[in-house]
Amino acid sequence: MSDLTLWGIFLAVALGTFAMRLSFVELYGRLRIPPLLSRALMYVPASVLAALVLPAVIYPGGHGGFVLDNSQIPAAIAAGWVAWRTRNTALTLAAGMGMLWVFKLVVS
Amino acid sequence: MSYRSGMEAFWHGVRALVPMTPGVVPFGLITGVMAIGMGMSPGMTIGMTLLFYAGSAQMAALQLIQDDVLPVAIVFTALIINLRMMMYSASIAPYLHQLPRRWTWPLSYMLSDQSFALCSTKLASGELGQYAHHYYAGTAVTMWLAWQLSVVAGVYLGASIPDTWSLGFAIPLSFLALLVPGIRNAATLGAALVGGVVAVLAVKMPYNLGLITASIGGIVAGLVIESRQERSSTLVSVSDEERAPK
Repeated sequence: MSDLTLWGIFLAVALGTFAMRLSFVELYGRLRIPPLLSRALMYVPASVLAALVLPAVIYPGGHGGFVLDNSQIPAAIAAGWVAWRTRNTALTLAAGMGMLWVFKLVVS
Repeated sequence: MSYRSGMEAFWHGVRALVPMTPGVVPFGLITGVMAIGMGMSPGMTIGMTLLFYAGSAQMAALQLIQDDVLPVAIVFTALIINLRMMMYSASIAPYLHQLPRRWTWPLSYMLSDQSFALCSTKLASGELGQYAHHYYAGTAVTMWLAWQLSVVAGVYLGASIPDTWSLGFAIPLSFLALLVPGIRNAATLGAALVGGVVAVLAVKMPYNLGLITASIGGIVAGLVIESRQERSSTLVSVSDEERAPK
């Protein structure tokens, strides 16, 4: 991707995000979230994050190539368990990366 | 507590946010390291961080840029991830909207999960008094600095980290660290399961439509489970739920 395309992406996201952050503050009293949308927004993080995590773990090379000796799967399971028990970002990252390196050593 | 001056409120906001920074700094470091690892220049990485000021959206965008996804799909995905900012905006608007734009625009730009989490109940209860926006500004500025500085630190670390460390895996791990604590009930679990499984199955769809399809599928699953549960727990008052989406 060219630098110009990248700056275009960044600028578009920046403007859209700023508009969403400012929306109700600027248009106070003139804007209302429909109830169905506000309920739907509750499920955005879980849904989008899972949709980002699972393919990235299962297809290490991207583009849908499945490999048998994928150390990322056991490492992600271990990290998921740590995240669930501790709810700590740094520990989750450390556990996942640590397990990945261990599994890679064992496999190779 | 009511504050005697704007300065006092501001510093209380700063002190309230500081304990949250250990959860933010690793994300910032990883974001900086990843961007440099992908071949982005330090200037571009910092520019991206200033423009986005949204960690999950930025990491998702980095992952999709790496996968060479269509730019429109990248923008769309990042904005979907940031949709929650509208909810935050709605909840702080009653307490900030009367301020002049030299306050509201910067404070809106700096709206984040963390300062929303710290301020929303305090703003609503009125306990912060007339200097409430100074308190909010204290949390917002601190969070902004913590994020920007940790990305910059990552940028300078990034150059020295060898490929064999497989640091790319830190992106899905970071998402996992955000995802797991957010699963609080059957509906959020259902949203995550459907979103994840559909994304895996639809990975070959063109233009990254798989991710968007999966996200929408997960959201619908969450809504359906929620309305089922409400229907089984309450025998009356079904009128509104009848219009729930399929």
